[in-house]
Amino acid sequence: MAAKKIGKQTVKLQNPPSIIATASIVGPKEGEGPLRLYFDEIIEDEFFGEKTWEKAESKLMRETFAKVLKKANKTAENIDYIFAGDLLNQCVAANFGLRESGVPFFGVFGACSTMAESMSLGSLLVDGGFADNVVCITSSHFCSAEKQFRFPLELGTQRPPTAQWTVTGSGGAVISNKGGGPYITHITTGKIVDMGIKDVNNMGAAMAPAAIDTIVTHFEDTGFKPENYDLIVTGDLGAVGKEICDELIREQGYNISSVYNDCGVMIYDRKKQDTHAGGSGCGCSATVFAGFIYKKLLEGVINNVLFVATGALLSTTSSQQGESIPSIAHAVRISNSIS
Amino acid sequence: MQKTLTKKEYQKYVDEKSTNSKLLRNVIRAFVVGGLICIVGQFITNVLKMKGLGQDETASLTSLLMILIGALLTGLNVYDDIGRFAGAGSIVPITGFANSIVSPAMEFKSEGYIMGVGAKMFVIAGPVLVYGISASVIAGIIHFMLG
Repeated sequence: MAAKKIGKQTVKLQNPPSIIATASIVGPKEGEGPLRLYFDEIIEDEFFGEKTWEKAESKLMRETFAKVLKKANKTAENIDYIFAGDLLNQCVAANFGLRESGVPFFGVFGACSTMAESMSLGSLLVDGGFADNVVCITSSHFCSAEKQFRFPLELGTQRPPTAQWTVTGSGGAVISNKGGGPYITHITTGKIVDMGIKDVNNMGAAMAPAAIDTIVTHFEDTGFKPENYDLIVTGDLGAVGKEICDELIREQGYNISSVYNDCGVMIYDRKKQDTHAGGSGCGCSATVFAGFIYKKLLEGVINNVLFVATGALLSTTSSQQGESIPSIAHAVRISNSIS
Repeated sequence: MQKTLTKKEYQKYVDEKSTNSKLLRNVIRAFVVGGLICIVGQFITNVLKMKGLGQDETASLTSLLMILIGALLTGLNVYDDIGRFAGAGSIVPITGFANSIVSPAMEFKSEGYIMGVGAKMFVIAGPVLVYGISASVIAGIIHFMLG
């Protein structure tokens, strides 16, 4: 068996890379949410000075990239690779936003799980000695996502209570072979899981089984228990998916309730902000991680985090053809110490 | 995953966990707002009749004015807020039909006037037109056959 692999789906990094900086930029609605004080920048309007939503999202990514380099005290020349992705068709937000970066680029798509997927791949590269510094970055934009996946913004429709609200924002992290942590120590790569949910307005329920599968597999592979974590955080299951995840993991013998949260639940005040089940999108887990979780790790308020970004791997065509929603969850263990 | 739950059992479990829309509240809101829109239409009709217009002209002009109001409120970013509150109450009247055409036209303007506005304008209203017109043709044929 490969030297660094443990169990079925997990890699234990031998030279755990550090996350040396993160940056996040969010939209106005996220800027009114409970985590507003943790984001680096809050844009005033959703166009962000551009003419289209798509350009605005690209700009979000471009500016976040610039910001994270600056915070890491690096220039583009110091970065060996970028891993980036978003929700738009052909990942245009990442491709267009970073086309002038001049850095070797891996475009990745894992729907809303892209941030954890990028961080997994980036840290594998750094751990393996293939790169010194890697930037992982994702974005989503409420308006461009609505336009692509749902209805025009001005159409007067109601959403069901299980629907989620795509986060406008971009979050990025620099992963480096030098630095004093927080370290990425383990990576549990998710499998595609499909429990037959077809309701596109209930993504949390569609994605929860993937999160459960990855979290339980992580425990089995590593021998870690919920007590070994200060925070286990899923990407964007929202209120419905979070409850399902919590309950069904308990049925499998692990009680994570006291340390468990979900980025989609954390980012908005659901009652006041009318976001129904909570936030979603590539930018949801990315901004909550880059903004809130990373800062809490630096402060030492939390020391061991399992970051499990979740993605619904559907398209508008697949759902119109009546297909169910395959989902995935990728887990990254981040710790202030190397065990 | 889930050695314990089959797909069917999971679907059932999810249905129990997922709260439904508040039906009674939504019905009341739809009734009130839909009713208000109809009152506006009736008001316009009455005014036009007072001005001495005939039955046919009044009906046509009332529809046109309601469409104008719907389109205008969509352009002013108000109709989506009404829709979020009223649901079917603001979708079913003719103002909602205007909203369903104007909103994609606004949204896809960035793709140009041909492939954007032109091609996407009826993306929501299209099915209504197709089946509405088809139904009226069938009804017309039946009417004709029955003499």
